[in-house]
Amino acid sequence: MSGSTEFSCRELVEALTDYLEDAMPADDRARLEAHLADCDGCTNALRQFRATIRVAGHLTEEQVAEPSRESIRQVFRRWRSDQEPERGR
Amino acid sequence: MDAATQTVADRELLDRLRAGDEDAFMELVDALQPAMLRVARMYVSSQAVAEEVVGDAWLGVLKGLDRFEGRSSLRTWIFRIVTNIAKTRGQREGRSVPFATLAGDDLDAPTFDPSSFMASDDPRWPSHWSSIPADWTGIPEDRLLGAETLRVVRETLDTLPPMQAEVLRLRDVLGWTSEEVRNALDLTETNQRVLLHRARAKVRRALERDFEREANA
Repeated sequence: MSGSTEFSCRELVEALTDYLEDAMPADDRARLEAHLADCDGCTNALRQFRATIRVAGHLTEEQVAEPSRESIRQVFRRWRSDQEPERGR
Repeated sequence: MDAATQTVADRELLDRLRAGDEDAFMELVDALQPAMLRVARMYVSSQAVAEEVVGDAWLGVLKGLDRFEGRSSLRTWIFRIVTNIAKTRGQREGRSVPFATLAGDDLDAPTFDPSSFMASDDPRWPSHWSSIPADWTGIPEDRLLGAETLRVVRETLDTLPPMQAEVLRLRDVLGWTSEEVRNALDLTETNQRVLLHRARAKVRRALERDFEREANA
C-alpha cells in the first residue's frame, strides 16, 4: 500500500509481516506506526504476531531416523575413502 | 543470526568437512536432514525417493566442497543442491508440481476473521475493529510456551501447504534469515514474505482458538 491514505485496521493486519520484516517504504512504516500508537486492536494484533513467532521458536526440529542417518554416514565414508589417494599425492 | 558470525562458523565447518571430519559432517546431517527431506518430498512421489534424493544431495555437497566459494551460507548452498536434485527427479518421475500446490491457493485470504471488522463502507469506522483481538501479554509464560501450545503449533503446521509450513519452520523455528530462506527454497523475496505471513496468520489463528477455548471453559 502506498500513497497518502491512512491504513484501516483491516489493511494494517495484512501488512504486519512486511512491517516485522522491515520490508516497507519509510512513509508506509511511519503511517503504520502512527496508526498503532492510537489503536489498541492493531497493537494487540501486532503483539499476537510477535507471540506467535516466539512460540514457533520454541518448537524443536525433528530427529533424523537412525537408518537414514547411517546411510548418509556411509555416503560420507565412501566419499572420504575416494579422497584418500588424492590426498596422498 | 549475525552474518559475520555465520561466515566464521561456516568457514570452520568447511575446514573440518574438507579435512574429512566425520563428526562435523554428522552434526550438519542432524541439523539439516529433516528439513532437506521435507523439501525433497515436495517434489518427488514418495518418502523413499525423497531419501534417495537427499542421499544424492549429500554426495553432491561433499564432491562440491572444494568448489564452494561461500557466496551464500553453507546451508543455503546445500538446500539449493537438494532442491535442484529433487526437481529433476520429480520431472523424471513425470511429476510436475505446480507452485500453487506447494504454496497454497489461499495467499490472499484475510489474516483475521473478516467478521472482526466493521464494514468497509461503515460511515464512522470503515474497516476498523468491531471486536478487538485479545491481549495476550497477560498469558503466563508456562501457558504461552507450554506443551499444549506447542502441540497446537505443530498440528497446524502439518495442515499447511508444504511451502508455507517450510518457510515458517526455517524462519521462525530454525531462525534462518529471509535471504537464506528465499535462496534455499528458490522463492522471490515477495513470495517468501507472503508465504511467511500466511503461515504465521494460520498459526496465530489456531493459538487464538486454543486460548479462547480455555478462557470460555
